[in-house]
Amino acid sequence: MNRSSLRHLTAPLIDNNPITLQMLGICSALAVTTSMSTALTMSLALTAVLTAGSASISLIRRHLPQSIRLVVQITIIASFVIVADQILRAFAFEMSQRLSVFVGLIVTNCIVLGRAEAFAMRNPVWPSVLDGIGNGLGYSLILMIVAAFREGLGTGTLFGVTVLPLASDGGWFQPLGVMLLAPSAFFIIAMLIWVIRTMRPSQVEADDFPIHDPTASNLP
Amino acid sequence: MSDLSPLRLWRRFLALPNESRAKTLGVAFMVATVSALAVSVTSVTLKPRQEAHLAAAREARLAEMIAALPGMGDILRETGADTLDAVVVDLTSGQIAQDVDAAGFDFLAAQTDPAQTVALSPAQDIATIGRRPTLAPVYLLRGDGGLVLVVLPVYGTGYQSTLRAYLALSADLATIAGLSIYEQAETPGLGSRITDPAWQATWAGTETRGPSGDIVISLVRGAANGPTEIDGISGATRSATGVVQMVQFWLGPDGFGPFLSSLRLGGVK
Repeated sequence: MNRSSLRHLTAPLIDNNPITLQMLGICSALAVTTSMSTALTMSLALTAVLTAGSASISLIRRHLPQSIRLVVQITIIASFVIVADQILRAFAFEMSQRLSVFVGLIVTNCIVLGRAEAFAMRNPVWPSVLDGIGNGLGYSLILMIVAAFREGLGTGTLFGVTVLPLASDGGWFQPLGVMLLAPSAFFIIAMLIWVIRTMRPSQVEADDFPIHDPTASNLP
Repeated sequence: MSDLSPLRLWRRFLALPNESRAKTLGVAFMVATVSALAVSVTSVTLKPRQEAHLAAAREARLAEMIAALPGMGDILRETGADTLDAVVVDLTSGQIAQDVDAAGFDFLAAQTDPAQTVALSPAQDIATIGRRPTLAPVYLLRGDGGLVLVVLPVYGTGYQSTLRAYLALSADLATIAGLSIYEQAETPGLGSRITDPAWQATWAGTETRGPSGDIVISLVRGAANGPTEIDGISGATRSATGVVQMVQFWLGPDGFGPFLSSLRLGGVK
């Protein structure tokens, strides 16, 4: 694996992360991150679908008529999503019950179609596979960090193992109920974005609508 | 038209301009076929596993429901039952109705549907229910040493309301392991004392069958002094009588009697 193909794999982790830079896949990042195990399952499912989808779309990219391009892409992605969902139902039933519709909703996850359209349509299969794995890992990384905060601070456990003994069980930790609610995921993702953009100022976007400052204004 | 070999046709198809109608249709058709095939194959191959999970989940819910009934949870723990089968029984023949899905069977609806009930003569109708369903669910709890508990859903008329209860029989199919009345609207403070856990607890250990196999339980005033007798409740005589008659009916020949005899003879798998 040479340097440029390795770059396909590592760039989406921080530099071009699908969640913190491209702002894709936020919906599922909110929904499944109340515990580490659901977040991990979701990450694996999305990475698998993304990789398989990118590979298949890249394989037929030269023979895709423009007029039905999106339909074909979404059909392929939807098929992989159904297969992933069925496999989860058969081999990880409890987990599939807890994830409920969110595995099925991978099909509407913008990361998958976004990478198919932006990368797999224009690149050969191998780079597309690496790009799929890379973006899947980038998504997984953010999901795991958010889930670690939410499960850790919300219930004092990680993967169900107690790390912060709860006050109700004789420990000292008072769980933060807000961490189990969806808005907390927004706060955590926002803070991650803040940290990343402080470290990598090149990711900071130009202000579309600068706030007018009357004090420094052009009063006559 | 010499080049009809499939490989050459395939090459010609791929060589078509992408925007041509034939290629658009062809690609759409092929993607749809391959996707449909992948989805169907996965779905069909994984179906047995998924169904097994669903059945286990249903069983767990049912066990939870029965364990949540007052008194039943303790019995389940004591007897060490670990698997619970729900079956639908044909009350007339006493055999399990194999073609009926126990999970989807609606016993409550079956009790009032004329097509699923048979009329009872006044002599038969000791529980005062008028008509009796032809099919009824039975829950069989099995432990290490085979059957440990049979839970029968029963209902009958008390003083002023329909009583609904679960009756648990021990493995000998003659001794009552527990009775749990979960629905009644008897007179509050009087008839409603049939739901008193202390009174329901007196049912445990009651023997229901006499030497000749008939149902012998009876309600007595004051304290019961034999294994087949149930204490009456002062102020709730008619409600308590209703409970006893309900149990007598459902254990009898018009209730679960035929099923229990075939179970006793090993005629039910």
